[in-house]
Amino acid sequence: MSKILLIAEHDGKTLNAATSKVVACAVTIPDAEIDIAIFAADGAAIAAQAAQLDSVNKILQVDNVANKEPLAAIIAPQIVALAATYSHVIGSSSTFGKDLMPRVAALLNVNQISDIMQVTGSHTFRRPTYAGNAVLTVEAPADQPVVATVRIASYRAVGDGNSAAVEAVSVDADLPGHTRFIGLKSGTSDRPDLQSAAKVISGGRALGSEESFEMIYKLADTMGAGVGASRAAVDAGYVPNEMQVGQTGKIIAPDLYIAIGISGAIQHLTGIKDAGTIVAINKDEEAPIFEVADIGLVGDLFKIVPELQDLVG
Amino acid sequence: MDKILVGLKRVVDYNVRVRVKSDGSGVETDGVKMSINPFDEIALEEALRIRERGEANEVVVVSIGGTEVQQQLRTGLAMGADRAILVETGDPLDSLMGAKVFNALVEREQPGLVILGKQAIDNDNNQTGQMLAAIWGRPQATFASELVLNGDKATVTREVDVGLETIEVDLPAVVTVDLRLNEPRYVKLPDIMKAKKKPLDLVPLADLDVTPAASLNVISYEAPEQRQKGIMVEDAAALVAALKDKGLL
Repeated sequence: MSKILLIAEHDGKTLNAATSKVVACAVTIPDAEIDIAIFAADGAAIAAQAAQLDSVNKILQVDNVANKEPLAAIIAPQIVALAATYSHVIGSSSTFGKDLMPRVAALLNVNQISDIMQVTGSHTFRRPTYAGNAVLTVEAPADQPVVATVRIASYRAVGDGNSAAVEAVSVDADLPGHTRFIGLKSGTSDRPDLQSAAKVISGGRALGSEESFEMIYKLADTMGAGVGASRAAVDAGYVPNEMQVGQTGKIIAPDLYIAIGISGAIQHLTGIKDAGTIVAINKDEEAPIFEVADIGLVGDLFKIVPELQDLVG
Repeated sequence: MDKILVGLKRVVDYNVRVRVKSDGSGVETDGVKMSINPFDEIALEEALRIRERGEANEVVVVSIGGTEVQQQLRTGLAMGADRAILVETGDPLDSLMGAKVFNALVEREQPGLVILGKQAIDNDNNQTGQMLAAIWGRPQATFASELVLNGDKATVTREVDVGLETIEVDLPAVVTVDLRLNEPRYVKLPDIMKAKKKPLDLVPLADLDVTPAASLNVISYEAPEQRQKGIMVEDAAALVAALKDKGLL
């Protein structure tokens, strides 16, 4: 049997949508029994949400005031203390998981597998490398725990009709005092979260200014879409980095992705290749984005976007 | 602080269109331009700025690999690093082994800070800094977009999915850098000449007391599945009609 310890992601109150997608990956590991561990100051509400996820065996609720903020140096030794009876320890390839899981792997003296996009056996996995230009199949040693992160854009959330048992667990681990949380500044937006939105509209450098992005926000709000941006638009200062879509930003898989004024650099395309339908609007008919777009429209975005606004509004 | 250690990895240049070898054993590197991993250049730039502000005395660039890696270390010296260390090995090392090698160098050099790129653009692992911090038993501040030193502490702003997180860490610590931390300087010709005279120590891997863990076994590399090119529409109205057809509007 594959005994899987899955590390939940949350904001202290609510389970992150990524966790359900990591469960979807774990389900494909042969003969999997999945336990979800929640590290929080008070994880009761989060545990109740996790318990509903289909295919989950039980929830381990590890409450500790030290777990109030997601600090890898604090959480990693607690995971190691729990890991002994598990064959796999997995998390999401969000910034939370990417920060945490390599620290766990090193403490267990094992190599870590990043960004699982497909499970092909209990110890064999496919993952993207070279910004998605090569897909690597790797096999982890059978006689040691597999520590991995899951590329959540490759998976769809599982159902939530379960009622798994919740177990309060205390772990015996030395927690370091050398790392302290100061604060979190998040873009206060009522728009759908980029990584779980069904529709995403992104703008590129062709928008030309922060002000021009207003028409992207307006169209997105009318359509109920999340808003993203290319790296070029972020680098130009039109939008904050948390909106960046691509290999160096967020990797997303919405049902509908509309790229406006984005040429389609390889690093951007890597971030959207699992989208359902890709729409590209660009004035350059040679732009690489059209090679991957399901629907392309060549033209001036400053004319087309207001037209779209009128048509969908 | 006395010293900052910066890791420089030799990787396929970011402008190269990477191709998988026909036998699936890896990607084509013959005749391909190789460069310093772009994130590592940002790491070095940050270390140089700290030294130039008078907050560190020395910047040491380190790498692991064969003779060819001296080229990237020389570039690092030309950017302004004071000296370089190359841990020599003919075999590619996994991320955990890389972290163990860095840890061995940390024990020798006793830096106040280690700055690395958040990931290398070849394997895209995003692991080595976190692993080094774990093995060293020190703090990690990953994906840094701002780094402020304050005596024996550092305040680091981190680019996380929901925004910008700020943490404070005791030094020594490992910081891994994200793209927006700084813009690396260009190397000037006189600096390249000067860099030839700077010390570059060669350390055989066997001289370091490092025990590898079991590696991940590479089965194969494949080219990714490509999306098919779709249809073109004439105007906004046709686009909206096509989306309605697909049930997306």
